[in-house]
Amino acid sequence: MGHAQTPAAPVLALDGITKTFPGVKALDGVTLELYAGQVTALIGENGAGKSTVVKTLTGIYQPDGGRILMDGEEVRFPTAQDASAAGVTAIHQETVLFDELSVAENIFLGHAPKGRFGLIDRKAMHKDAQAILDGIGAEIDAGVRLKDLGIASRHLVAIARALSVEARVVIMDEPTAALSRKEIEELYELVDALKAQGKAILFISHKFDEIFRIADRYTVFRDGQFIGAGEMADIAEAELVKMMVGRSVDQIFPKRAAEIGEDVLLVAGYSHPTEFEDIHFTLRRGEILGFYGLVGAGRSEFMQSLIGVTRPSKGAIRLNGKVRVIRSPADAIAAGIVYVPEDRGKQGAILDMPIFQNVTLPSLPRLSKNGFTRMAEEFALARQYTERLDLRAASLDTTVGSLSGGNQQKVVIAKWLATQPTVIILDEPTKGIDIGSKAAVHDFMSELASEGLSVIMVSSEIPEILGMSDRVIVMREGRMVAELEGEDLTPETLVRHAAGISSKGEAA
Amino acid sequence: MSLAETQQTAARHIPDRLTTPLARTFKSWESLLLLVAIGIFILNSFASPYFLNAWNLSDATFNFTEKAMIAFAMALLIIAGEIDLSVASIIALSSTAMGVVMQAGFGTPAIVATGLVTGLLCGAFNGVLVTRLGLPSIVVTIGTMSLFRGISYIVLGDGAFRGYPSEFAWFGQGYVVWVITVELTIFAILAVIYAVVLHKTNFGRAVYAIGNNATAATFSGIRVERVKFILFLLTGLMAGLASVCLTSRLGSTRPSIASGMELEVVTMVVLGGVSILGGSGSIPGVVIAAFVMGLVTFGLGLLNVPGIVMSIVVGALLIGVIALPRIYQNLRRS
Amino acid sequence: MTLLKSREAILVGAILLLLALVASRFPGFVTPSNLVAVFTDTAPLIILALGQMVVILTRSIDLSVAANLALTGMVCALINVSFPGVPVPVLVALALGLGALMGAINGFLVWKLTIPPIVVTLGTMTIFRGVIFLLTNGSWVNSHQMSAAFKAFPRENILGLPVLGWIAVIVTLILGLVMSRTTLGRAFFAVGGNPHAAVYTGINVGRTQFLAFVISGMLAGLTGYLWVARYAVAYVDIAGGFELDVVAACVIGGVSIAGGIATVGGAVLGALFLGIIKNALPVIDVSPFWQLAISGAAIIIAVTFNSRAGRSKGRVILKSAEHAQ
Repeated sequence: MGHAQTPAAPVLALDGITKTFPGVKALDGVTLELYAGQVTALIGENGAGKSTVVKTLTGIYQPDGGRILMDGEEVRFPTAQDASAAGVTAIHQETVLFDELSVAENIFLGHAPKGRFGLIDRKAMHKDAQAILDGIGAEIDAGVRLKDLGIASRHLVAIARALSVEARVVIMDEPTAALSRKEIEELYELVDALKAQGKAILFISHKFDEIFRIADRYTVFRDGQFIGAGEMADIAEAELVKMMVGRSVDQIFPKRAAEIGEDVLLVAGYSHPTEFEDIHFTLRRGEILGFYGLVGAGRSEFMQSLIGVTRPSKGAIRLNGKVRVIRSPADAIAAGIVYVPEDRGKQGAILDMPIFQNVTLPSLPRLSKNGFTRMAEEFALARQYTERLDLRAASLDTTVGSLSGGNQQKVVIAKWLATQPTVIILDEPTKGIDIGSKAAVHDFMSELASEGLSVIMVSSEIPEILGMSDRVIVMREGRMVAELEGEDLTPETLVRHAAGISSKGEAA
Repeated sequence: MSLAETQQTAARHIPDRLTTPLARTFKSWESLLLLVAIGIFILNSFASPYFLNAWNLSDATFNFTEKAMIAFAMALLIIAGEIDLSVASIIALSSTAMGVVMQAGFGTPAIVATGLVTGLLCGAFNGVLVTRLGLPSIVVTIGTMSLFRGISYIVLGDGAFRGYPSEFAWFGQGYVVWVITVELTIFAILAVIYAVVLHKTNFGRAVYAIGNNATAATFSGIRVERVKFILFLLTGLMAGLASVCLTSRLGSTRPSIASGMELEVVTMVVLGGVSILGGSGSIPGVVIAAFVMGLVTFGLGLLNVPGIVMSIVVGALLIGVIALPRIYQNLRRS
Repeated sequence: MTLLKSREAILVGAILLLLALVASRFPGFVTPSNLVAVFTDTAPLIILALGQMVVILTRSIDLSVAANLALTGMVCALINVSFPGVPVPVLVALALGLGALMGAINGFLVWKLTIPPIVVTLGTMTIFRGVIFLLTNGSWVNSHQMSAAFKAFPRENILGLPVLGWIAVIVTLILGLVMSRTTLGRAFFAVGGNPHAAVYTGINVGRTQFLAFVISGMLAGLTGYLWVARYAVAYVDIAGGFELDVVAACVIGGVSIAGGIATVGGAVLGALFLGIIKNALPVIDVSPFWQLAISGAAIIIAVTFNSRAGRSKGRVILKSAEHAQ
């Protein structure tokens, strides 16, 4: 626990930072203060704006408004190198490293020690890299190629890279996501050492036990807005959760009681060599089944295997009593199982094609005649579903890319509903879209369920999971770790199962 | 399913289109290109008294008909995000195969069939390497570009096949009616077929979807690899057909036949408004581009400009056509 | 590491096997003097392959190298004809500069206008060749028009190896140093391996690609003078289609066309492999017309091999899978 006194002035501060992307305000006048020798935890749900803050602090994004202050002086970071030169360094969520380069080169890329003739002094670089690695207790040879290392070791290399520059501010973006228990303990010691050196640390994590173990201060964001900040010593876990989640859950999630009918989809023993293992459940008519877990728990990977994008190594499914073998998304669509992917821009919509062609794409075989497209039918089908979802668009032949995030999502959902499925899987259906569109999507989901569709909803947002689901499966590290419904379904049980903490607060 | 016939809520109405298809046509790349074509036509008729002559114009169509046959299939392939640089070498190999069959004493039907089947097999070879083994099409077809023409060289060395039967000459030298050549007729028929396939069928829609976003196309149930394989087959087949026409027109086969033609085909496609990055383009655009390139070549020929200068024009067109819109965009942004 | 090591080991093995096979019938092929001749003959391919390697490493391709070579060679020849007094070092500097300029044109179009490299270099390939025609009206520059010093330079023998061969050795050493010991060299790897992450480390991806094209162009220009001087002739079509051999040498040498993976040693060995085949064909009495098909087949086999080795197996989420790796 942090006992340090808050020094008078922060090393680094964000003052009223705003950042807007087409269709969504990622940061809305947020404030953040980091103090020397202290760990500040940045807490918020997915989409709260944490990653945008990191990118703003490291010179990847330029804010649209507000000021960045270092020691009270306004600074700008036009490029990543400027941020680094100012002493701000980050260990990124997706470790940004280079497989083909050696560990030492990864650590010193861009600021390697130079010897004669301005050539890289490989001996010095190797020695310095090894010293840093040894300093953080990493048993890694600085000479090996990065691609020969496992995930945990790569993370340590990323940390070593952050330490190789004279940093005053260290940002750790979910540093423990891929680490084992022992490695996490070692990381904590490392963070303590950094604190002792007087570095200001921004620590981003979803795991509350971790935040309470390591942080001195907290700052909470929600939907791109600053909610609150203070000392960890003064706040309880429940209060933090409430600040993070915000509004009372049942107010914004108008889940209608749908009549839950017979079994529709039965999944047994679904496994993949590296992504997930032994996933099994039954989905009923009119039911919304939630899939909760931390990012990277294997939920999307399982869903994509279910619809034939990847092949499972084992497992079988039964749809309406019949065994189905699904080898491709085309098979899944024909069988009546559709998947609304998480990544709208890459997997969901074809941004440069018109709305109506996006909506009809998976339904074309049914809609066309002898393989010839029929424009009038296409427009009719597109209109039917987009208007039902209350899409805001100038016309049906404008491109999807010109719409806001929320409206793009409506097009993607319309596209899948137009195939008239039996089971619809929605992967993070409201990620990165505005509150209004969120409500529309939620409203629509419960409408679908009440009409007898079976819905699977993958979500990392606790209120969404709690508000919408009849039943929730929790996944962690590629496995099902809990199936919750009724009274067992609370924010606390979800978080504990997802993070792997038993009810006594100890790590599993 | 109850979904289809659920209540139509009184949501806001979204119009199908804001601009009519006609208005859109006027503003398109194709219209601009058409103006360019007309301009070149007028310039040519001033530049040379021999230009406005039906027989001369008929001869001029040979400058583009064979290339355009391949360009149609290549347009689909490039729209789908792939490319085939081996087409000129397929012509060489097909021509060589036809020569072998001809020397073995077979008649015109067998010769033509050999040319087409060889093209198809070459396309299948490219297609298998790209779609089954997941190799990048640029490298694969740079490889087969050497391989296919290399086989021609192995067979022919510095020799040539001559003495094709007289009926065979019909494809490259015959006329259907008056000044309308057989090649021009094949070109016209193919233009219609490809336009319908690309713009009016599910297959054509899949081609666009794949080129814009292959991942989303896969998620939408399109069998991406199968579509791409068919496109490689088609491109090979068209190269085989072009080989039949070209061999028939020249009356002989040398291993250097059609060398460098892949560049002109790609240029024709890009000039026709097909995005080299995939995802957009049209067959009418390629048709007009074919006429533009044919007219330029013909006009320069009338002015006694040597062929290699034409290749500078082709190279500059290829880069300029892509560069100009981007320069314009950059200027407008700043 | 092991993969690349093994790639080079395989190539060395293949080259030795090739030499042994030819030697078993024609021992004269492996005499030191003949091996020197083969190496010297392969020198232009080695130099160009090294330049191409840098370009491919950054996820680009340069198909204009042979045309660049021909144009620079022609310009050098024309200068020599008009001003026989211009000393060779000046010509070499000029060749490097002119080649670099043409590379810069390619690089500029790729960097500033973000036109795909394949389109840019397909276009400049024909333009460069066309310019030779404009300069010469299609006429040749023949041996008797060139000065003795002009022709002698690449053939000059130092310690048993002609200058042409020495230049290939020096270029290899310099490139080896640049790639492993300079910030720019490591940036080439970074840009090709993970352009997204390269931005995070403050590397300008477009500028790095531009510099790769400049290097490739510079080496093509240098080879242009050497080529024309060595063969004592210059015309529009010299080294026609040679760009394919260059790409083939890279692909055979394990340079991944997807970028990010390459070694100087691999590119040199790939070039040597092709060079030995080319020189062995007449010795074992196979028509030189086989060479084109062999290059093509080699490209396809090598690229298939490369992709097999580098196929990804999905994300590793399960802890058990992580340990099993």
